Amino acid sequence: MSSHGSLHRVAIVTGVRTPFSRAGTLYKSLSAIELGRLCVAELMQRTNLNGSDVDAVVFGTVVQNIQAPNIAREVSLMPILPKGVDAWTVSRACASANQAIADAADQIALGHMDCVIAGGAESLSNVPILHSRAFADVLMAANKAKSITQKISAFSKMRPKDLVPVAPAISEPTTGETMGQSAEKMAKLNGITREEQDEFALRSHRLAAAGLRDGRLAAEMFPVYVPPRYEKIATTDNGVREDSTLEALAALKPVFDKRYGSVTAGNASPLTDGAGAVLLMSEDKAAALGYQPIGYIRSYASAALDPGEQLLQAPVLAAPKALARAGLTLRDLDLIEMHEAFAAQVLSNLRGFESRHWAERAGLSAPLGEVDRAKLNVMGGSLAIGHPFGATGARVTTTLCNELGRRGGQFGLLTVCAAGGLGFAMVIERA
Amino acid sequence: MTASATDTRAITLVVEQGIAVLTFDTPGTPVNTFTRSAQDELRAAFDQIQRDASIRGAVFISGKRDNFIAGADIEAFLEFTTAADAEKASRDGHAAFASIASGKPVVCAIHGGCLGGGTELALACHWRIVTDHVKTAISLPEVQLGLIPGAGGTQRLPQLVGLQAALDMILTGKTVRAKKALQLGLVDEMVHPSMLRRIAVQRALELADGTREREAKHRGAGEMLLDENPIGRAIVFRKAKEGVLAKTKGLYPAPLAALDAVAAGYSSDGDGYHTEARLFGELAMTPESRELVFLFFATTALKRDMGVDVVPLPAAIPINKLGIIGAGFMGAGIASVASPAGTIVRMKDADINRVAKGLASVREVMREKLVKKQVTRPQFDDLMLSVSGTTDYTGFGNVDMVIEAVFEDLQVKHQVVRELEAIVPDDTIIASNTSTIPITRIASASARPERVLGMHFFSPVHKMPLLDIITHAGNEPEVVVTAVQYGRKLGKTVIVVRDGPGFYCNRVLAPYVNAAGVLLDEGVAIDAIDDALTQFGFPVGPITLVDEVGLDIATKSGAIVAEAFGARMVPNESLQRVVKSGRLGRKGKRGFYLYDDEGKKGGVDQSVYELLPTGQKRHNVPSLRIVERCVYAMLNEAVLCLEDGILRTARDGDIGAVFGFGFPPFRGGPFRYIDQRGVAAVVATLDVLEREHPGRYRAAESLRTMAEQGERFYPATGKPV
Repeated sequence: MSSHGSLHRVAIVTGVRTPFSRAGTLYKSLSAIELGRLCVAELMQRTNLNGSDVDAVVFGTVVQNIQAPNIAREVSLMPILPKGVDAWTVSRACASANQAIADAADQIALGHMDCVIAGGAESLSNVPILHSRAFADVLMAANKAKSITQKISAFSKMRPKDLVPVAPAISEPTTGETMGQSAEKMAKLNGITREEQDEFALRSHRLAAAGLRDGRLAAEMFPVYVPPRYEKIATTDNGVREDSTLEALAALKPVFDKRYGSVTAGNASPLTDGAGAVLLMSEDKAAALGYQPIGYIRSYASAALDPGEQLLQAPVLAAPKALARAGLTLRDLDLIEMHEAFAAQVLSNLRGFESRHWAERAGLSAPLGEVDRAKLNVMGGSLAIGHPFGATGARVTTTLCNELGRRGGQFGLLTVCAAGGLGFAMVIERA
Repeated sequence: MTASATDTRAITLVVEQGIAVLTFDTPGTPVNTFTRSAQDELRAAFDQIQRDASIRGAVFISGKRDNFIAGADIEAFLEFTTAADAEKASRDGHAAFASIASGKPVVCAIHGGCLGGGTELALACHWRIVTDHVKTAISLPEVQLGLIPGAGGTQRLPQLVGLQAALDMILTGKTVRAKKALQLGLVDEMVHPSMLRRIAVQRALELADGTREREAKHRGAGEMLLDENPIGRAIVFRKAKEGVLAKTKGLYPAPLAALDAVAAGYSSDGDGYHTEARLFGELAMTPESRELVFLFFATTALKRDMGVDVVPLPAAIPINKLGIIGAGFMGAGIASVASPAGTIVRMKDADINRVAKGLASVREVMREKLVKKQVTRPQFDDLMLSVSGTTDYTGFGNVDMVIEAVFEDLQVKHQVVRELEAIVPDDTIIASNTSTIPITRIASASARPERVLGMHFFSPVHKMPLLDIITHAGNEPEVVVTAVQYGRKLGKTVIVVRDGPGFYCNRVLAPYVNAAGVLLDEGVAIDAIDDALTQFGFPVGPITLVDEVGLDIATKSGAIVAEAFGARMVPNESLQRVVKSGRLGRKGKRGFYLYDDEGKKGGVDQSVYELLPTGQKRHNVPSLRIVERCVYAMLNEAVLCLEDGILRTARDGDIGAVFGFGFPPFRGGPFRYIDQRGVAAVVATLDVLEREHPGRYRAAESLRTMAEQGERFYPATGKPV
């Protein structure tokens, strides 16, 4: 393994994503694999990159296709890439694409590779519906049966309730808590009011709408022509509500705690389909091929905590680590992109940055500090844009780099919370 | 045996475990054909097998990589001077294969293409194995050469696969892939290529031991009812004959002869093999067969011609990524042939809705491949993913070639060329799919005109076989060679023509269509003109052609050649009047003919006659005269194209006419047809026509000279090209 001193600097050449579409709408007929393939094919086109220059495709997804669990390989086996391009799939829940980018960056930093496509895709329109354990046992027994009698006997053990399919839930396997319940709990623990959440959600929609209008958000996406008839064309994130109001948000009923709750469909990110990818290269390779990178990876870090505690609070632990590795403080940052799973989670994370308690847990002598809202999620976030689990990390990375460039900023931080009590943070630098 | 002696032999015999393995591997050729010497070797080998008591059976296998036997040596056909010669060749084949069929057990091990005589050899063997390889395909393509299988194919195939399946193969010459061959009972088993030889030897041993017997393929009840009794067969033959006549209009004798030969095999009194040999002999002497054989040689020769005459020949640049400007019918059509050729395609149009339409039409073509099981679902997905759309020039930064298929307007084309050259790499080739605008004029906007040329596809692109490559004087040879090579990769028959108004196809079509227009003015019925020319062998008549192409486009193209060539190309006014009446042809659902809402063609639109000089009054001209007036105008123009250097060879003119606009293949093409009629006779006819219609039929000077000197375009005997 190379020593730290000889690491290669990792450039983010560019990023591109599909428009994000609420589950069950435009991309209903497209699998995560198909979305990922379209996205990477377009990335190749937009960069005029030759397939022979690519070393690997690293991809993340959360709800896996059971028949094709290595989505990265399915994506990499596309006409524009040689079959010899390496491919692996990573899973870190909602930070999966971030992990894909981190994996790719590691390979480049170590000098093992110098050009990697990293990203993720998700189709929440196409979640696998499973059979019950009892029915699965019956099928296995029937499969092993040698005679008709044995087959019949296997099926005779079946009960009607065994046929009820098992729908996947977004709940923690260890605690049984759904993500919404966790967010609800975090709101209560951190004293986040319903009004604060609704205001933050409204902010997200307004800023995203502005970003779409003036083309800043549109710049990172490409039109998806939806097969088979191509009559539908996705050109924008269809979850963004430009006309949203506080009154409308206030009218929504809490979902997870009907009596005292504050988390509603309006201040939570929607189920979304989409894909995103970034092109990473060693600084030297990017220069040799004549690219102007949109950013460089300065540092990254991850953290984990007990999912039974505050499931989505780990960014509070990951961010200081990443900043310390970058040798920077909150004041040095020009922009912060924080993934918005729930308004309650963003506000809890921000409160955690200011808290002595969380500073101690992060091993800091003083809190990280208060985030300047003018630098936070300046084009909205997942609440409005949508949250295709496996793809969000790629979107956040691209958005941060592009906006840093537009503002002439130097440093940016991104954080992503993830199921299992995981958190991810990355520091980007512009030049 | 010395090494040098081995080198000239096509068939080697090795005995293992009492089984003679015959390996067919003609030295120095990519494929095996039954040349005269190969036939002699084959006969000698089988004689030895029958004589040698230690040999119990045999395996016949090819030594070529992906070819079994490509069939008879077609050059040998040219040596037949009488029907009796050809008939004798057929009888010799019968005798040779009969001795195989009646001798020790022979297993035929088939990997790769198995055509014509190769298939007939396989049919004479006692057991047939195919490999499950994509290249393995069996066919009897003789009808495509105006012939019938002459070595027992019309007799043995029906016995093996049944009457209907046999006719399906013999009458069309279609190819049967390995899996289908197994289903039909054409072969007995299918194996992986790696075990072909071993299993073949094992089967030969089993057949010799009597431990295995061939089981006849079980056929369905319906098939038995029709095939196994004379009344059923009579129905099948009648239906087949109707099908052939509908398709060929009775212009091709070979499929009808094939039906007779197959039928003779079922008749109690006749000798099927005798009939087959007689009909083969007769067909070999027909002009239809002679011209189809010419086209075979011409297309084969064309494949070796890179379209430039420089030495050394520059290497073609590989086209890995293709840009297409314009996602309309032509642009999308080009994408739909480029993607299956393994090219990454970036297709640009002005807005996303046009791009979407383009993608949808590409998908339609790919969908056809999926439905026909030419591709699997994942392959289909890849074919679609190879084509992407854009409304800007992203993705054009690393294209190897761009084909523009935008509106036929010089200003628009100039703008496209300039925009492209700001984006694409310096060595990218820019091709125009124009059918009317001279390439030299398009290239004038270019900073690198040496890399701009024409690639004129025909519509619908995935179905039409011809591609015209149009070059101008400044083209770099490398550019031409690349375009030719890539056109072939797209599966097209490629001819290279020099730039000039109307290029070749539109130029020769113009006087032909004009002649039809003059006939219309004289009061000849629309359908009388079309019928005369379809009976001559064109797929559609000239008036229908105008409806198909679109009246607006036909006029535009006509105007360009009229401006360039004057009197002989001046379009008659009535066509203009019909265009001005708002008729556009099929695409507008109103033309010389009526079209229903689905675009299906109906009868003549009688109201068109109101726009013509004679009104509803019809005037009869014999169809032979109609043909003469239309076709001779085309023949003369083709000669002028050769004279002007638009065409590089008469061969290209013939191939262009046959594959580009359906000049009757059995007539070989305009130049072959002139040779057939006699150059002097053609000049004499032109002179008569010129007196009747001054200015339109003035015989080309070169043709007159040839007539005076008794020359022809092609040699009268031997290999034509």
